[in-house]
Amino acid sequence: MYLRHALRAATALSLIATGSAFADGHATTLTIATVNNGDMIRMQGLTDDFTEKTGHQVEWVTLEENVLRQRVTTDITTKGGAFDIMTIGMYETPIWGANGWLVPLDDLSAEYNVDDILPAMRAGLSHEGTLYAAPFYGESSMIMYRTDLMEQAGLEMPDAPTWQFIREAAAAMTDRDNEINGICLRGKAGWGEGGAFITVTANSFGARWFDEDWNAQFDQPEWKEALEFYVGMMTESGPPGYATNGFNENLSLFQQGKCGMWIDATVAASFVTNPNDSTVADKVGFALAPNSEGIEKKSNWLWAWALAIPAGTQKADAAKEFIEWATSTGYIELVAENEGWANVPPGARISLYEDPNYKDIPFAQKTLDSILAADPTNPTVKPVPYVGIQFVAIPEFAGIATEVSQEFSAAYAGQQSIDEALEKAQALTNDAMEAAGYR
Amino acid sequence: MARAVTNNRKIINTAAAWAIGLLIFFPILWTILTSFKTEAQAINDPPLFLFFDWTLENYAVVQERSNYGRFLWNSIIIAGGSTLLGVAIAIPAAWSMAFVPSKRTKDILLWMLSTKMLPAVGVLYPIYLLFIKFGLLDSVIGLTIVLMLINLPIIVWMLYTYFREIPGEILEASRMDGASLRSEIIHVLTPMAIPGIASTLLLNFILAWNEAFWTLNLTAAQAAPLTAFIASYSSPEGLFYAKLSAASTMAILPILILGWFSQKQLVRGLTFGAVK
Repeated sequence: MYLRHALRAATALSLIATGSAFADGHATTLTIATVNNGDMIRMQGLTDDFTEKTGHQVEWVTLEENVLRQRVTTDITTKGGAFDIMTIGMYETPIWGANGWLVPLDDLSAEYNVDDILPAMRAGLSHEGTLYAAPFYGESSMIMYRTDLMEQAGLEMPDAPTWQFIREAAAAMTDRDNEINGICLRGKAGWGEGGAFITVTANSFGARWFDEDWNAQFDQPEWKEALEFYVGMMTESGPPGYATNGFNENLSLFQQGKCGMWIDATVAASFVTNPNDSTVADKVGFALAPNSEGIEKKSNWLWAWALAIPAGTQKADAAKEFIEWATSTGYIELVAENEGWANVPPGARISLYEDPNYKDIPFAQKTLDSILAADPTNPTVKPVPYVGIQFVAIPEFAGIATEVSQEFSAAYAGQQSIDEALEKAQALTNDAMEAAGYR
Repeated sequence: MARAVTNNRKIINTAAAWAIGLLIFFPILWTILTSFKTEAQAINDPPLFLFFDWTLENYAVVQERSNYGRFLWNSIIIAGGSTLLGVAIAIPAAWSMAFVPSKRTKDILLWMLSTKMLPAVGVLYPIYLLFIKFGLLDSVIGLTIVLMLINLPIIVWMLYTYFREIPGEILEASRMDGASLRSEIIHVLTPMAIPGIASTLLLNFILAWNEAFWTLNLTAAQAAPLTAFIASYSSPEGLFYAKLSAASTMAILPILILGWFSQKQLVRGLTFGAVK
């Protein structure tokens, strides 16, 4: 009897829950998948403005970056329709656009002014000239450094330093007794973590992932030079255990005053200058990402978190309305009004950098200069068959680069030599490219 | 005859048990402590243990940002529904295996368990496509069915083990007294196996509560349980440990309390049949 009642109760509860889940199925409610970044969270808080203007409700699904990537990939490849808008990056957009998985954003309204989007962002989020995702915020990478430590070291940071200067400055700023590391850089395995950083570093030493026939290039001297330089500099002046440090670990070190320099995403500038979290907020300077002497290419990347509409959605029109709202100049003004100009989503619109209110932000100009210095269609010294600076815009890249970065991280940790890591990277990349039919 | 244990031995054993217990509990304790720190304190080097400015700010932020009640409700329905449904199916199955076994019963039991050895991601796409086909994506009922199916082999195995301890003669006597099969299972077998069924319910409720692969992959906004609530507080760019810890504490608290109050049943269930 007891069990029977319990079963009945459970069934009833399930029906109630299911009923409530489907109850508002006919309302125009948009389901948006996104990541837990400060700018995205801020947008969630301001969604009422969109609802007031359009009447559409918004449901947010916030996930960790890798979970989000897996989740939206499953949904878009099966045309599941679980999401009406997805937050995706510059890597996925051209690939998914080419596969017909995204709704083209080629009919945005005149008021939206699509020509105001920074050209580098627009190019990176398009396939064959068609925009498939609108940039919510964009970023490059740049140097953030401690002005007080630089002064103590008797050096002056140029606007566009070379790697050789950075190494010299890092050594001069390092003070092991006081736990100050001259430089903090990513070493953590993962294509979007240490993999991205070492790729742009290698670009600035003249290296490339593939030649024009898709042959891996890890057996070329430029890669060896880049890795030896990186490991040498980090051994001299980097934090202990740098092989497992990613963005957040370095952010925490820098905010605690334990890094002389940090080269990473431009979006970090607002974190390290925020006095609530950073102990060095008033002592931070900015410079362009370095290049190796004699090489023009700088080691800065280009990335955007963008909003795209999956082809499986039934609510494409309402989704476009949302995208126009969230990536418009009007939204930037809304954030500025509510949260201040330092918190507006950066790196997406030209007009933001022309706004006199934004010009007062200390890192604004360097962020723009860094973004303008990045060219995803021409990322390396030697010619390449791919688009992308810190990644190669082919579906196989994420898997290959994750494995390659694991080999490199093992070399940083001293578990194998640089030569061994490069040999393994060369072999596994060529094997994967052969299996995928590129070679 | 019980072996004589010296006082010293007792003290050593007790100390070792406490040390192991604390070691296992430490990550949970650390999560709870971190949830009361600021983001800056959460990443402090050296780590701060007890002496920091305790704050409830993270809980306030999490409450403001997320609809905790909806995630909690979904967790209760999904974990509770899948467990009850699983037990309802497993009781007759375990009865037949325990009291009227065939030549292949052992093989079937092993085969059922072998389905747990397949990596879940291997069947993600087929299940996802089925969910699309039947309109079950992001629905509580779909997730309840999937979690029930996933835990069913364990439920059957556990109940089978308990039922084997019950003498078949008692069921035979009830049959001689004219009990139908339904009455035999519901009115004779089930009351005698209540302790076993209770521990099975508890253990599988915990398993379903903590399940994070299917609950993340088959839900979006409507049916997402507390595992999705936790996942939403990890950030690739920015400090998040304190808020993530607050979210984790809120997610594990109900199951922690349930486990605390029912630990006797759980221990009995897990050690049942271990000593003959």
